Amino acid sequence: MNGLLKSTGKWLDARLQVADAIVSVAEHRVPRSSASWWYVFGSATLVVFILQVVTGICLATVYTPAANRAWDSLIYLNYQQPLGWYLRALHGWGSDFMVALMLIHMIQVFLFGAYKYPRELTWVAGCFLLLCTLGMAFTGQVLRFDQDAYWGLGIGASIAGRTPIIGFKVVDLILGGPIIAGETLSRFFALHVFVIPALLIGFVGLHLFLVLRLGINEWPMPGRVVRRANYIRQYEELVRSDGEAFMPYAAQKDLVFAGIIILSLLVTAAIMGPIGPNGQPDPTIIETVPRPDFFFLWLFALFALLPPWTETVLMLTGPVVAIGLLFALPFISGTGEKHWRRRPISVIVVILIVTTIGTLTWLGTFSPWSPQMEAWSAAPTPIEYVKGRTPLELKGALLVQSKQCRNCHSLGGEGGLRGPALDDTATNLTRDQIVRQIVQGGGNMPAYGKNLSPPEVNALVAFLGTLHPRREPPARDSAQPAIPAMGN
Amino acid sequence: MAKIIEMSEQKDFLSEKTTRRHFLFTAGIAINAIAATLFAIPILGYVLSPARRFTWLNWISLGPLTDYPDNETRLAEYINPFKKAWDGETAKIPCWVRHLSGDQFQIFAINCTHLGCPVRWFSESGLFMCPCHGGVFYADGRHASGPPPRPLYQYKYKLEAGQLWIYAGELPTLGHPEA
Repeated sequence: MNGLLKSTGKWLDARLQVADAIVSVAEHRVPRSSASWWYVFGSATLVVFILQVVTGICLATVYTPAANRAWDSLIYLNYQQPLGWYLRALHGWGSDFMVALMLIHMIQVFLFGAYKYPRELTWVAGCFLLLCTLGMAFTGQVLRFDQDAYWGLGIGASIAGRTPIIGFKVVDLILGGPIIAGETLSRFFALHVFVIPALLIGFVGLHLFLVLRLGINEWPMPGRVVRRANYIRQYEELVRSDGEAFMPYAAQKDLVFAGIIILSLLVTAAIMGPIGPNGQPDPTIIETVPRPDFFFLWLFALFALLPPWTETVLMLTGPVVAIGLLFALPFISGTGEKHWRRRPISVIVVILIVTTIGTLTWLGTFSPWSPQMEAWSAAPTPIEYVKGRTPLELKGALLVQSKQCRNCHSLGGEGGLRGPALDDTATNLTRDQIVRQIVQGGGNMPAYGKNLSPPEVNALVAFLGTLHPRREPPARDSAQPAIPAMGN
Repeated sequence: MAKIIEMSEQKDFLSEKTTRRHFLFTAGIAINAIAATLFAIPILGYVLSPARRFTWLNWISLGPLTDYPDNETRLAEYINPFKKAWDGETAKIPCWVRHLSGDQFQIFAINCTHLGCPVRWFSESGLFMCPCHGGVFYADGRHASGPPPRPLYQYKYKLEAGQLWIYAGELPTLGHPEA
């Protein structure tokens, strides 16, 4: 039996000619210091990518990339196709896993100075992989053809439409026509399934080839400075004196971690289930609150919080500058110290970017800048705010609901967060100030003068005048002390 | 890389005397360059075709005038004039029709002027609110609050044969505000 295996192997290799290549890859020597748990994220990203290809192909056998059928086929996948729900869950959560692992890998590579000479182009290939992966995440969100996908396309087109002069042509090209319709989905399907995966596979190949040929980055040491003159000789020396064969010495940790990641993905997908789709992509259903997927929430938040006058410039130049800087990094600091302790600015940059994006993502999860469209009819006035009030004040309480004040202002912790909570209005504003604020608006509040009659304003102000903490009296106009305190 | 440069220098393709092999090599490059160009023309023409058309706007009926009472703002919808059989629900486009009185209308695109999300009309407070980034507009489309850089987009309209017609067919964006 053993003999048969051996002779089959010999026969195959005489014709395939791959054994030498495989052995030389498996046995290529790596610095012992690189066999670290910090070096497992790149390989884990690749493993998740391969899983994405497998689950993606499976989904493509059922999913229908036509605008009039896509949503139905997703529902079919979720509820009727055997295990369709699980494959959709694996693919959806797999994309989150892939982006997360890739970002961790990128931060590790940056902090370990791995992008420095002679690995500049390995970093550049990695940047292309980042762009491709984010491209897959966005186009994948479009293929989940629901309301979020439809209005997400609208947001993308609206950003592109801000380009001077050629803006609307760019919109037509993105959408495959003048509006979001059948051609749009077909275009994004082609991108998601053919164009970007082809690029991804190409760049993965280049990335791996470079890692093999140039050698994996050694563990950085403070004071071990990268110089073009002697780095390669030093690295070869290091690999000779303190190196090991990649297989199994360094690969074992990659293997263990990749296994754990696959198991976590299997469990996550089983517990969390498939992501969406939400409502049908029918633009006439306007009772919708479009939100992007997790990894784009920070951008969504940024668009709400940028000062409006900077928006067009930043939306169009920001990505170019950011991506440009990312690509230029190894050419700006291609030599010098690799260890993070000797690169305080790099550490600060990472902390700044991570906290900024993290904070924006967190804000994006509850979008305090957005009116809560249902609050006026869904969030009741707290009972203690209407107990023992006069009829006029009660009329005011009713107006707070019916005029949609609650969409932007909360009472008792319920309602929009766009404007200040109204629970202590009377301690913050005098009667006159409340009237002025309601009638004229200002500070980002619309003017309600045209939509409230004078008796209505009167009632509203009477009610708002009762809103103050028990031990804090309502605000009083110090210039006119004669006017009695309003409300109770 | 260095090896490739070395090889090409040794062979020095370009200054070699004209031999049959050299001629064929040059001719091969030339033929393929021409072929590649010719091949690229239909590919580019196909992929870029959506941007070749100058305008997509058309007159579309929003139905009889009686559907739109005075002093009311109502949601209307039309079918995109370039509807394909596989567009499904995406062929429908909503818009807000505000009938002031008589011949006076304002027809607003559904898309917020900030980033295109669907604005919702609240008749009680007379405001359009956007669910994405907090844009708010007054009943006449003027900007009331939030990040939108301009008033709501408006369709051109005309009244003909007892029907309300709008000039529509494109997703309105800042670069191309005629909806």
